[in-house]
Amino acid sequence: MASRSTAGSALGRYVLVRFLLIIPTVFILVTTVFVLMRATGDPITAALGGKLPPDQLAELIHAAGYDRPVIVQYWEYLTGIFSGDFGTTISDNRPVTEILTTYGTATLELAAYAILVALVLGVPFGMVSGYFRDRLPDAVLRILAILAYATPVFFAGLILKLVFSVWLGWFPVAGRVSTGGEITMQLEGAGSGFMLVDAISTGDPEVVLDVLSHAALPAIALGLLTAGVFLRLVRTNMIGTLGTGYIDAARSRGVKESRLVRKHAWRPALIPIITVAGMQVAMLLVGAVLTETTFEWRGLGFQLAEYLQARDFVAVQGIVVLMAVVVAVTNFLVDVLAALIDPRVRY
Amino acid sequence: MTSGEITSVGTAGAAPEHVAGRGAWFKKLPVVHQVRQSVGLQRGMLIAGLVLTAVFVLVAVFAPLLAPYGWSQLRDLDGAFGAQQPPSAEHWFGTTVGGYDVLSRVVWGARTALLVVLVAVLSSIVVGVLLGLVSGYFGGWLDRVLVVVADAVYAFPSLLLAILLAIVISGGQSSMWGGILAAALSITVVFVPQYFRVVRAEVVRIKAEAFVDSARVLGTGHWRIMTRHVLRNSTRTLPLIVTLNASEAILTLAGLGFLGFGIEPTAAAEWGYDLQRSLADVTSGIWWTALFPGLAIVLAAMGMTLMGESLNDLADPRLRSRARSGQVAGAVAATAVGATSVEADPVEADPVETPEPKGDDA
Repeated sequence: MASRSTAGSALGRYVLVRFLLIIPTVFILVTTVFVLMRATGDPITAALGGKLPPDQLAELIHAAGYDRPVIVQYWEYLTGIFSGDFGTTISDNRPVTEILTTYGTATLELAAYAILVALVLGVPFGMVSGYFRDRLPDAVLRILAILAYATPVFFAGLILKLVFSVWLGWFPVAGRVSTGGEITMQLEGAGSGFMLVDAISTGDPEVVLDVLSHAALPAIALGLLTAGVFLRLVRTNMIGTLGTGYIDAARSRGVKESRLVRKHAWRPALIPIITVAGMQVAMLLVGAVLTETTFEWRGLGFQLAEYLQARDFVAVQGIVVLMAVVVAVTNFLVDVLAALIDPRVRY
Repeated sequence: MTSGEITSVGTAGAAPEHVAGRGAWFKKLPVVHQVRQSVGLQRGMLIAGLVLTAVFVLVAVFAPLLAPYGWSQLRDLDGAFGAQQPPSAEHWFGTTVGGYDVLSRVVWGARTALLVVLVAVLSSIVVGVLLGLVSGYFGGWLDRVLVVVADAVYAFPSLLLAILLAIVISGGQSSMWGGILAAALSITVVFVPQYFRVVRAEVVRIKAEAFVDSARVLGTGHWRIMTRHVLRNSTRTLPLIVTLNASEAILTLAGLGFLGFGIEPTAAAEWGYDLQRSLADVTSGIWWTALFPGLAIVLAAMGMTLMGESLNDLADPRLRSRARSGQVAGAVAATAVGATSVEADPVEADPVETPEPKGDDA
């Protein structure tokens, strides 16, 4: 960048440029989704074709405006999105935005648990693996990591469910909360959409435990996938930092090995985690779709699968566009965060 | 990196490869080359990956001989198989809720998966490499547009894109080849940006090299420079991406099937679809319908991931394990120079290409 005057303005510039780059990305995504969805014909025929007589179908199509030129519809769709209107679902006639707000929180909650699991498992084991490079602990951990991301989340979910819910009976089979807990929450008027927050606000430890036991298996299934990625990344970076001069210097000063790993080597090894964690958001959302279906976790992904089954493409379009926007914005935030932490990124 | 390593890379390195010459051409093949280069754990991982992948391919190829029944066969001479039968002598892996033989569907599923992987990887290589080459070589507005589009597609959650494309291509349900092509093409679109980015970056770097200028001065045409001089030097990371993509393709196909966007059970066997059908079985404790197709996915994906991981480590000097000193210096070094140099090797006889754009051995 041309201006090297102050660090502040360089960062500001970077953030601005990076922010402006979101616009074409989102625009391309929205357009792609629109073109793809309309290439199959109009959504009403897709959803209800064969279920209604042709004249009624034509009437519905006309009423919804799908018989107008595509370009007009495209313009309407674009302007609609910018004013927060994603259309109305065909199968159950609800505004897409309502679905997004109702179920988005559930997906967010699941993703948060999964990232927590991934960090708790991935980072420490990655450090161990990097430290014991090419020795037994490393071999075992790497194989496990590869196993974790070669396993589809839904298969991991099925196996967890089979072993821990069906055979051992430790955890509930599906859902986010049991009926009893749900009633307690409703009586207390807790409705933030985040089950754990709601459960805590009821002040009833049994409800909190209930919510947590429902969350455990989906969180582990989705978290394992990401944990494998984190482990690999932390390992690679540990190996990189352990080979640098300042580690040798610290070691020659007599710094203990455990302290060396915990204090000296791991900090620089963590910076890339932020970037990659951001990139994981796309993978996490896809994983959430599959995990939610496996565990009947009523979030966006579960709804998406339902609407896909019902061939309700307006709803599909809305959910997909929202997910794409979330990914684009997250990537932006991650880049800014990385630039704040590591000045080299700003170039 | 210590100076000792650099020496061994630089000096001892070049000799054996050249002495070995063309007689040992197979030693320079992408994966063979890396097996020879690797040591210890990395070699173990690479070989394990190769074995798993080979088993997967063999099962897929010989599916008609291995599978006891057809993938949509419901009965044999003794009558109907029956639904959800536990594993037995007639049905080693039991039967599904729809009354199919699980073992047969697992075996036939390998064939579907292999076809999808092949079509997806080949077509994304062709499209991605071509676009990357043209975009990086000519630059200009086309380059900028392609980069923005590739970045946008790259950021798109891959399975969602694949779902949309599956809807477009096949309306979400289809015959065997329709389903295979739909799945493969959906995966292709997701992968193209990866090849595009990698190849484009390499092309931009290489076209600034002196040997490209020399070729241009000699009056070589754009097409020949692109294919002969630039392309051959910019494909070194491809084997790595291919293996990782192949495993991702299997997982994406399974994901599509799991969401009900795969291939109809009567048209072909597909592991993801079988897992979706087993969702309800699991709740009632029926494990065989979920376990076996799931394991098949894991093993196939794991084989290719193991290969990809090891190739990745071998391509990265920081991660490559080296034989302890005293252990066959030549074998280690031979590889280090070009790490990956099969494709990167300049054609021996062509003087224009001789200045190889590599840092290590200069």
